Amino acid sequence: METVNFSVNGREVTVDADGDTPLLDILRNRLGLRGAKFGCGLEQCGCCMVLVDGRPEKSCGKALATVRGRQVLTIEGLGTVDHPHPLQQAFLDEQAGQCGYCLPGILISAKALLDRNPDPTRRQIAEALDENICRCGSHHRILRAVALAARRMRDQGQAA
Amino acid sequence: MSGPMALPPLLASNPRLSLWVAFDRPGEVRVATGRVEIGQGVLTAMRQIAAEELEVALDRIRLQSGDTDLTPNEGYTAGSQSIQFGGVALRQACAEVRDLFLDHAAASFGYERGDLAVMDGAILERGRPTGHDYWSLAGAVDLARPARGDRGPKARSDGKIVGRSAPRIDLAGKVFGEPVFVHDMALDGLRHARIVRQPRRGATIRSLDEAGLRRAAKGPIDIARRGNFLAIVGDDESVVEAAAAVAANYVEWDGVEPLNPLQEEARWLLQQPSLDRVVGDPPPTAPVPPRNRYEATYTRMHVAHASVAPSCGVAVYRDGRLDVWTHSQGVFPLREALARMLALDPTAIRVRHVQGPGCYGHNGADDAAADAAALAVQMPGVPVRVRWRREEEFGFEPMSPAMVVTTSALIDEAGRPADWTTEIWSGRHSNRPGSGGNLLAAEALPDPPPAPPVTESSNPPGAGTRNGEPLYAFAAKRIVHHLIPETPVRTSSLRGLGATLNVFAIEGAMDELAERAGQDPVAYRLALLADPRARAVIERVAAMSGWEPGLPAGTGRGRGIGFARYKNMAAYAAVVVEVEAEAEIRVQRVWCACDAGLVINPDGAVNQLEGGIIQATSWALKRGFGSTAPALPRAIGMAIRSCASARCPKSPWN
Repeated sequence: METVNFSVNGREVTVDADGDTPLLDILRNRLGLRGAKFGCGLEQCGCCMVLVDGRPEKSCGKALATVRGRQVLTIEGLGTVDHPHPLQQAFLDEQAGQCGYCLPGILISAKALLDRNPDPTRRQIAEALDENICRCGSHHRILRAVALAARRMRDQGQAA
Repeated sequence: MSGPMALPPLLASNPRLSLWVAFDRPGEVRVATGRVEIGQGVLTAMRQIAAEELEVALDRIRLQSGDTDLTPNEGYTAGSQSIQFGGVALRQACAEVRDLFLDHAAASFGYERGDLAVMDGAILERGRPTGHDYWSLAGAVDLARPARGDRGPKARSDGKIVGRSAPRIDLAGKVFGEPVFVHDMALDGLRHARIVRQPRRGATIRSLDEAGLRRAAKGPIDIARRGNFLAIVGDDESVVEAAAAVAANYVEWDGVEPLNPLQEEARWLLQQPSLDRVVGDPPPTAPVPPRNRYEATYTRMHVAHASVAPSCGVAVYRDGRLDVWTHSQGVFPLREALARMLALDPTAIRVRHVQGPGCYGHNGADDAAADAAALAVQMPGVPVRVRWRREEEFGFEPMSPAMVVTTSALIDEAGRPADWTTEIWSGRHSNRPGSGGNLLAAEALPDPPPAPPVTESSNPPGAGTRNGEPLYAFAAKRIVHHLIPETPVRTSSLRGLGATLNVFAIEGAMDELAERAGQDPVAYRLALLADPRARAVIERVAAMSGWEPGLPAGTGRGRGIGFARYKNMAAYAAVVVEVEAEAEIRVQRVWCACDAGLVINPDGAVNQLEGGIIQATSWALKRGFGSTAPALPRAIGMAIRSCASARCPKSPWN
């Protein structure tokens, strides 16, 4: 058991837990942030994707101790119904999703992409999402939605 | 006014109107459907249907879905039948409710019935407000009465909401990361559980080293055992999950029949005892001369549902009542199965649907719910959440069965089949728990139930034989079906059931026969189809794709066309694919034309078609893996990566 301090969605948190506990479990069960999902537990599907210091990381395989002092962003920190992130708005506008279980992870991966590349090509978007599985087959809508968000953000001179 | 008509079947079996529609909060309409959201957008469509008939704005409708206490019993949300049966029943119920209010207003306030109409819930007389609405009259209009079938729904041409794209009502919660899935449920005092599954069905525990398992755990766990149903329960999910990962080291089993890899191959089916039948015309009597004979065989391995996440169920047993939350496709059949498994009265059980990851058929959802229920009754008052492990979903969910399909035909002088046979070998495609068995927990508990009877749907719609009969105008055609009732791999329903391989085999044959006859594959098909809707989708997709037969040899690229009418009784679809074959086969572009009749939500239908095309492409192109394969985690990774986005086909919607 150890004490780990880090920040989640801009809020400082302190967690007492085994350092090798998966970050995903801490987020979901200790911090009540259930937006990141368990998909495979093998870092293969991307449902549990979060940003750690701005980099996309699969939280199912990320030990709690490794985020000590770092900044974690989950889907709950991306935007809200009242203040949606342009990516979230674009996913709604493009109706990009079916079962939707993969979407929080996909939105996080897309956010990481737009942070480093505000004007990605379709192929670059597809490659950035290659770590995320969607089994329902909403890929085209998702690719369109990310491109739409990027365009809107560029038009508004907005950072991701 | 026309006389009474036959009620839609699901309204006849759930006739009380108040079960479907209620005005229990001002300004709001409670609408209930037995259908459940499994990613297909059905709740959005149901809301459109109800809003259309009740003449209210979409956002006034609060939908209740899949709840054994509160919604109609519509069996399973399966078989692409939600709108056709559930939607039609809901439409009729709403139409009758609307008319009851108008009848009441006319009778009570002296209006001419023909002058009355509803606008957003308010009752108008010749377009002017009457001051009455659904909510003000709700106390006076008793909806606890049976539907009568004496009024019909609005004329289609009057539609304002149905037939226009509406945004999905469930999507916002998903993009904002709200806890909308059963996996996300957090009840007070919730305990987490993992099942230590029988390695094979029928296996029995020889020894269990409880002390060793506790020592191996990283924190406190409880071990719950009844018969061969063994579970690890605890407050800390991480501890429970880690213990489950090593639990196999502390249990010895008897009766573990190892699976022979050959048993997972489709051709294994050819040597098995089978229940045989012929559907269609009698077999030909004269032998077919070899030069007039066509024959081809296609096989398919078992196919996993491969939901993006493993199944989950939550249950609590309190004061003799069992509450279950599940992403099962059928809350009512599951309730019956749970009642039998636990020897409870069905009325003491409430099963509610909560969304899960896309299932595409009968995956582990029902089993996970049964696991949670079986544990809940052992620990009254404690909510129990069972989330399957990834290995569990791939190893124990019912797979879509392996199949062998042989098409054979007698070719006439014009190069067309004069006699056609589709011969099908398959395990069982329809094995849901409602028929009395096929819940893993029930089989592991003491006194397991007898195996349910082997049943097989007749054609149409058929299960393994689904779409086995070509729609083409052949003088004689038949299906020869070999149902293998017992297979070592557990099987059940996956999207399309047998249609996937049957259509593949038939359409493959059509292409080969067209080539043999020296004809264009589109023209060859059209010459054998009289149904104008069938012809229309083929002609449309040919036009959309700028169809040309094949591409020059040596380009490594080609085009193919496929056509089917689902179950030979539902939607028509034709698809053209452009394929590149180099080191690997890649689907470059897909065009699809579909005639699904009256479409409630066009964008929802397009979304489903896109998804179906991509998923079927993943089935066709990606290698299977057996559960006997080494390095299971790696195989799992390959399987769930079967549809990586960068390898997605291009499409005209894009």
